[in-house]
Amino acid sequence: MSSLPSYASPLQRTWHYTFRIICGLIFFFLVFPILVIIPLSFNAQDFFTFTPEMLALDPAGYSTKHYVDFFTNPDWQKALKNSFMIAPTATLLATVLGTLAAIGLSQPHVPFRSVIMAILISPMIVPLIIAAAGMYFFYSRIGLQGTYWGVVMAHAVLGTPFVIITVTATLVGFDNSLVRAAASMGAGPITTFFKVQMPLILPGVVSGALFAFITSFDEVVVVLFLGSASQKTLPWQMFIGLREQISPTILAVASIMVVLSVVLLTVLELLRRRSERLRGVTPA
Amino acid sequence: MTQLDMPAQAPVLTQDGRPLKASLSRALRREKLRAFVLILPLLAFVLLTFAAPIVDMLLRSVDNSIVPQTLPRTVVALELWDPQTDELPEEPAYAALVEDLREAVAQKMHTRLGSRLNYEQSGFSSLMRKSGRAVETISGSDVKGQLIAADSAWADPQIWRTLKLYSGTTTKGYFLSALDARQTLDGVEMLPEGERIYLMLFGRTLMMSLTITLLCALIGYPVAFLLAQLPMRTSNMLMILVLLPFWTSLLVRTSAWKVLLQQQGVINDMLVWIGLISDGNRLVMMNNATGTIIAMTHILLPFMILPLYSVMKTISPSYMRAARSLGANDWTAFWRIYFPQSVPGIGAGAVLVFILAIGYYITPELVGGTSGIFISNRIAYHISSSLNWGLAAALGALLLIAVLVLFYVYDKVVGIDNVKLG
Repeated sequence: MSSLPSYASPLQRTWHYTFRIICGLIFFFLVFPILVIIPLSFNAQDFFTFTPEMLALDPAGYSTKHYVDFFTNPDWQKALKNSFMIAPTATLLATVLGTLAAIGLSQPHVPFRSVIMAILISPMIVPLIIAAAGMYFFYSRIGLQGTYWGVVMAHAVLGTPFVIITVTATLVGFDNSLVRAAASMGAGPITTFFKVQMPLILPGVVSGALFAFITSFDEVVVVLFLGSASQKTLPWQMFIGLREQISPTILAVASIMVVLSVVLLTVLELLRRRSERLRGVTPA
Repeated sequence: MTQLDMPAQAPVLTQDGRPLKASLSRALRREKLRAFVLILPLLAFVLLTFAAPIVDMLLRSVDNSIVPQTLPRTVVALELWDPQTDELPEEPAYAALVEDLREAVAQKMHTRLGSRLNYEQSGFSSLMRKSGRAVETISGSDVKGQLIAADSAWADPQIWRTLKLYSGTTTKGYFLSALDARQTLDGVEMLPEGERIYLMLFGRTLMMSLTITLLCALIGYPVAFLLAQLPMRTSNMLMILVLLPFWTSLLVRTSAWKVLLQQQGVINDMLVWIGLISDGNRLVMMNNATGTIIAMTHILLPFMILPLYSVMKTISPSYMRAARSLGANDWTAFWRIYFPQSVPGIGAGAVLVFILAIGYYITPELVGGTSGIFISNRIAYHISSSLNWGLAAALGALLLIAVLVLFYVYDKVVGIDNVKLG
């Protein structure tokens, strides 16, 4: 299938190319909607489609005014600031708790392992709207609804399953005799953890942290219910913008976020390769 | 050294003189404790910030304590009354009600009670408000007559029947409403055909999620197949095209579709330009089920391709070659040899996409209009607009059960431990 042998019949030849065209169309479907918003965001008009000037590649049809709006409009700036206030704290909380738990879970003897695992993974499985509803009722009862820490805790708990999964994956290849070797040479548990274990599982921890960050940074359902106006995040502002008065600034924000995800994707890929090298796993 | 000289039945000792067995079990206990101490902070955190809210919500879906708490005397007085008769309760019940209402008005609980009972029978909300004002002036004997004079609804046995029916601390009422049924004196009965909105919404959520899953499988299969066949270098490059949407913000993808699918949007413009449709009848692809299905298929497609790809990667190409050498044509070799081996991948991807789809909220809310919304949107509506939290909780509980059952299936087919990311 990968390359066509010279003895292929005309029918096989036709199918080979048809199949490639079909796959090409599907790849187009996957990336076109994401990439098309980047040129659209430079529209000089407040339209959501290509104007004749844009199609003629006339410089007058393009402008950065939507970006200027994003960087000067106080609503958007406040939302951006809030997102960067909430996401790092939530990430830190999720990463620390998640990494410790993943190390605990990878020990050979853990009582009630499967029950604990099910509880710890549950934030990833339960539909967000249900989590949001439950948290809304419960957090208003204990006075956390509409507070910064309420949103941070909710986002942190939603991010922990990703940290557990990625860290557990790196721990699978971890050689426990390294810990024993360190201990036999007189290192305490804390020294052993930071000097021996941490450097080896770091790629998993960092990619778990990235997942936790993106979970919080991209989360809108929970924050819609739990947050008050002073916790309005970027996705929340986008959600309002899309539901009420759809403004072209959204396209500028969306384009910036696409670039951000490309950066993130690259970092993750580099980490994955590093982790494989460190653990001596050769890419299949 | 000395151990060798001991009789065989004597316990083996460690260097510090303890029996080896005890020493080993002590070490095991300490190891278990160490693991548990590491897990405990997160476990406590998840239980407190996530599990407790969910349990709280489940309890709320059956909670009816507001009625016996606000009207304690009335509930007791009504115990003697037979709701099957067409007769009104006696004077003591009315007196108890007036007394309860006076206290409720002082605590401003009567309006909340009114809205609670209004979910079961409309009219209760205004009745409670009106009676709350009236109880101030009621005094002396014939409380029954005075209350009925204040609001004639109190002369309707149906009002009293509802009150008696919902006087317990727990209720099935919300779950029945969530299933388009209601409690009557003769048991549970379904609402008339035209009023069954929730069953219709559950049905639609299932049907649309199924459609989306099917589309994802159909579209995802060829791509995963191609990626699994190509040499590593090429397939890694093409994989970026799958991972880019996976990593892009959900709201970005939803806004992209909102922009593309508009009647004045890029897709309609393109179709008009190539002359497939005329400018007058541009396609309506948004604010309906079509919009939701297109956008969600795109958003969930990577969740189908990634598990499919990882299964297909493990299928050895020599099986196909063997089939070909034994005289099977391309199609037979694929259908009889390759496809059955890729079925676990389809299963894993399909369950994953389906679980994610039935709980979706954002995309249906933004591109679904009214005919493309899911049960989640109704839950959100009841939390933030109609404030019928009990019903929201009951709908949420039903959705949660559906997801947990599916997840159980997923765990049996794939296993939670095998979940991989990126």
